[in-house]
Amino acid sequence: MATNEILIKELADQYGRKRTSLLPVLQGVADKNNFLTEEDLTTIGRELHLSGAQVFGTATFYSFLNVVPRGKYVIRVCKTISCDMKNKDDVVREIENMLKIKTGETTEDKKFTLLYTNCMGWCDKGPSMLINEMPYSDLTPDKVHGIIKQYSDTAD
Amino acid sequence: MNDGIKINRIDSIFKDYVDNKFDYLKKIMTMSNEEIIKNLTESGLKGRGGAGFPTGSKWKFAAEQSSDEKFVVCNADEGEPGTFKDKEILLKVPHKVLTGMTACSKVTGAKKGYIYLRWEYKFMKNDLQKSVDEFNEELEKMKIDFKIYIVLGAGAYVCGEESALFDSMEGMRGEPRNKPPFPTESGFMGKPTVINNVETFATSTMILSFGGVNYAKLGTDVSHGSKLFSISGDTAIPGIYELELGMTLHDFVEKFGDGDTKAVSVGGVSGALVPRKKFKDTIIGWEGVPTGGAMILFNSTRSIYRILHNYLEFFEEESCGQCTPCRIGCQQLKKGIEAVKKGEEDPSYLDTLASLSKVMNVSAKCGLGQSVMNPVLSAVNNFREELIY
Amino acid sequence: MKKIINLTIDDQKIAVDEGTTILEAARKSGIKIPTLCYHDDLCIAGNCRICVVEQENMRTLPASCATPVAEGMVINTNSTKVRNARKFLVELLLSEHNADCTACVKNKHCELQTLAEQNHIREHTFIDLKDDKNYTIDKLSPAIIIDYSKCIRCQRCVRTCEEIQSISALSAAYKGKDMKITTFFEKPINTVVCSTCGQCVAHCPTGALTEHFYIDEVWDAINDPDKHVVVQTAPSVRVALGEEFGLKPGTIVTGKMVAALRRLGFDEVEDTDFTADLTVIEEGNELLRRLKAKLVDKDESVKLPMVTTCSPAWVKYCEHAFSDQLGHLSTCKSPMSMFGALSKTYYAEKFKIDPAKIVSIAIMPCIAKKFENNRPEMRASGYKDTDYVLTTRELAIMIKQAGIDFNSLKDSSFDSLMGVASGAGLIFGNSGGVMEAALRCAYMIVVGKDIPFEDLSITPLHGSEGEIVEMSVKFTGTKPEWSFLEGVTVNVAHANMLSNAYKIMDEIKNGTSKYHFVEIMSCPGGCIGGAGQPLPTNKAKRTARKEAIYTGEKMIEIRKSQDNPEIINIYDDYLGKPLEEKAHKLLHVPGFTPRKRY
Repeated sequence: MATNEILIKELADQYGRKRTSLLPVLQGVADKNNFLTEEDLTTIGRELHLSGAQVFGTATFYSFLNVVPRGKYVIRVCKTISCDMKNKDDVVREIENMLKIKTGETTEDKKFTLLYTNCMGWCDKGPSMLINEMPYSDLTPDKVHGIIKQYSDTAD
Repeated sequence: MNDGIKINRIDSIFKDYVDNKFDYLKKIMTMSNEEIIKNLTESGLKGRGGAGFPTGSKWKFAAEQSSDEKFVVCNADEGEPGTFKDKEILLKVPHKVLTGMTACSKVTGAKKGYIYLRWEYKFMKNDLQKSVDEFNEELEKMKIDFKIYIVLGAGAYVCGEESALFDSMEGMRGEPRNKPPFPTESGFMGKPTVINNVETFATSTMILSFGGVNYAKLGTDVSHGSKLFSISGDTAIPGIYELELGMTLHDFVEKFGDGDTKAVSVGGVSGALVPRKKFKDTIIGWEGVPTGGAMILFNSTRSIYRILHNYLEFFEEESCGQCTPCRIGCQQLKKGIEAVKKGEEDPSYLDTLASLSKVMNVSAKCGLGQSVMNPVLSAVNNFREELIY
Repeated sequence: MKKIINLTIDDQKIAVDEGTTILEAARKSGIKIPTLCYHDDLCIAGNCRICVVEQENMRTLPASCATPVAEGMVINTNSTKVRNARKFLVELLLSEHNADCTACVKNKHCELQTLAEQNHIREHTFIDLKDDKNYTIDKLSPAIIIDYSKCIRCQRCVRTCEEIQSISALSAAYKGKDMKITTFFEKPINTVVCSTCGQCVAHCPTGALTEHFYIDEVWDAINDPDKHVVVQTAPSVRVALGEEFGLKPGTIVTGKMVAALRRLGFDEVEDTDFTADLTVIEEGNELLRRLKAKLVDKDESVKLPMVTTCSPAWVKYCEHAFSDQLGHLSTCKSPMSMFGALSKTYYAEKFKIDPAKIVSIAIMPCIAKKFENNRPEMRASGYKDTDYVLTTRELAIMIKQAGIDFNSLKDSSFDSLMGVASGAGLIFGNSGGVMEAALRCAYMIVVGKDIPFEDLSITPLHGSEGEIVEMSVKFTGTKPEWSFLEGVTVNVAHANMLSNAYKIMDEIKNGTSKYHFVEIMSCPGGCIGGAGQPLPTNKAKRTARKEAIYTGEKMIEIRKSQDNPEIINIYDDYLGKPLEEKAHKLLHVPGFTPRKRY
């Protein structure tokens, strides 16, 4: 895989080589690949003068900074109470069937990862989910089928 | 017994009362710092995030600090399950929030303001940035030495806790700090900082427009004004409602319930889970059950066990993990109710869990761990059978 | 003048300075509040919550370690509410913890175990969470073992690695129920930037972090009739070992230590202080050679300042953090490794013992030495120069295993050949000792006179823990062959703790360093504060050991390394000249190993 070294240096130039820049830099890299590699974290550590463990420890604290490989589209279905009450399980089952993966897994073509997330602030319109940063609400199995299909059909 | 205020819809936040969105700012900038503080104090406004610290005092404390640098931070890390109104404010009336932040900067002398936007709301970041840019331009035109920036969170409920939020802004794990010192003394980067949530800043703008005394006419002697409620769960009319404070939960449920409401989580998962028999006695406000505005309604088809289990799973994942009572306590509470349900532990173990939640309530480092007790005690005391059978 | 704050703790009226914490105020009044994540050496975390107290008119129980006193405050440290909370907190910690105490090295020395005892824990109130945790043990490092099942997440190790050493090889990772202390990407500790200093071990309240033990291997060697087991003991072991047997910190137990080693069955008991003297000669000459090359020959490839390499964690840290500055490191091996190499060459020859049959053991105050002796560079004798390194604590365990009543032992003295040392060798145990010894030696070589300090005690170098100590020495009246140093002022500095090493090296890297010679020790106070020393570690103990080293030196007549008869002997008889041929081969490393910074 192509290295993100140039990107990281650019981000460090933009935000400054200091601890306060860590989150924006991590996010900048995560925006590109949906996850952070070991190499990314060491490069970020070097640029911001932080130890690898500090960068790793900070990244793993946050739900949306992933240090394990993720697909191009990360689907995160809200599992918190209001969405849970509105049958989020049906929605999840539909996605699992469509993509032939279990929650927590990534499709073989690395296109989709299916995860749960905690409350994302669409409680009045549950069930809801994020695909990358885009929220979808008022989901039903039918509706989610159509949404996932759209993503499946888009060219890489 | 207090009958409470009748259900009364207000429209101060989402409606504009001026022709131009910068008119609020122009008016406020003509006020003296003393006038601003006086109006906020007279309004009785308390922080709308749920902790309820008087906003006027907070701004005053920060103003009194001498420091080379001060900050205004807007907490847009709205993470409490069942809350979604700050999202709506930022989508519809961001200028009210930005105006409130600027009023605060005027009083305190802060030159920089930050909006800490939760990652889940990243979808609106570009639009919000446009509003902020436009606003910053206007500030420059008006020769106001204050600039606002957006900082994006990365997914952690605990970062809604103010000191954890500062840690996160500083590029660290969002772990709540020891207090004192409080943010007005030592906040972001160790500098005096006023941190309020989105609704509080927007409300401040409206108070300064209407006048504090007028605002205080709404609500009760203890809970002044109105606030936004995020209503979800078993209701035919979910959504965001601005209501006068001080109503009873009974009246609330009459209006918003589906006719079969058995319990309401007042204040989201970290608030009390109030059972039907207490609806009439429960005032929504500081004299009763305070709330950040999340109201989740449950009807009789819902299993309290499932609800509590869902809450505890949320807590054990979203605890920052640094302090003993919260990190391990949440795991034990979840495991504990599972074990009682499965019959692996005696029903009396629920009392041990209740005691544990009380210990967490007094010994956890921050409000997250302290508030886990609320739903646990409500469930154990009021829905014991549902947890056992 | 600080403002005085009046408060009441457990009905006692107390007046303390503003800014004092409740915990400190209580301690001053003789009230003991139990703690766990708190450590005198480290910043306040306030995360274990064990030290909570009740404050009048307050709903929550503040953590006394993290809460400053306030005027009129009324505190109760022993209310029912406090006792209940504390007991629950300990029980919660135990539910995540592998409490197999009898099979734990920290048995009876574990702070969690002590809390369990003090809080009268007699049953398991909570559900065992261990099965959910997938705990592992990392045994791959020759120096440090991490048993994650015993970690209570107090973060003392994290703070130690960050604050004392500026390394941060360990960090908290993940959150909530998954929060754990770990390394970069949860890799084995031997593959990350860890210096192996072991201060995390010295600050760990439980058995989660320990040294890698070699006690069984040493017993096997002792009990093997085919093996000839030689042991050396580092300078600072003799001022600390007594603590393991109830003696006051700073008690000098050299004679009893030697006697114990004989009783344990070691064939030969020699002294690392001897090779410390040897290090002084080699390092002193190396410094003078570098000065000449720089000042006279204008050789730009020669690096100054020269930095000492006695502290193995410092060397490894430098290889990680300043891999482009390794030319500044002295090529001298540490006293331990010089001894190791000589034990299988010089010693073997003198006593006509097959070096293949010699097992060379080192008793060290240090955990990083367990890494050092496994370095491929340390095989100059053709064998592994030092076979096993034991900490002061491991030696104490062996003495206890053997049923030796340490305190009633009659003093014994080191064997000869490599058992005599000057005071200069002994003071290696203190931060600044190598510098002091080297200056005594070099001054005599250059000027032909003793360095002008009473008793040769260069007191300006006896700095306090954690500070960077600087000194300048001007050479006047130099001998003809050193005339290029006439009137030259040599700037030296020494520091302990790698956070200070970072500051010094950063200047060197930037070209702004004014020093010619620098001594660095990794641990607080130097080897007396080494991570292999008796626990718990604290400043009072370290200060007592430091004083004992200086007191001990006063009892030794020979004060300069070059006056040590066994040193004179080894050069005449075996090594030849310092830095030359045999000395070069056995006592110096060919180079260093650049390592990854991240």
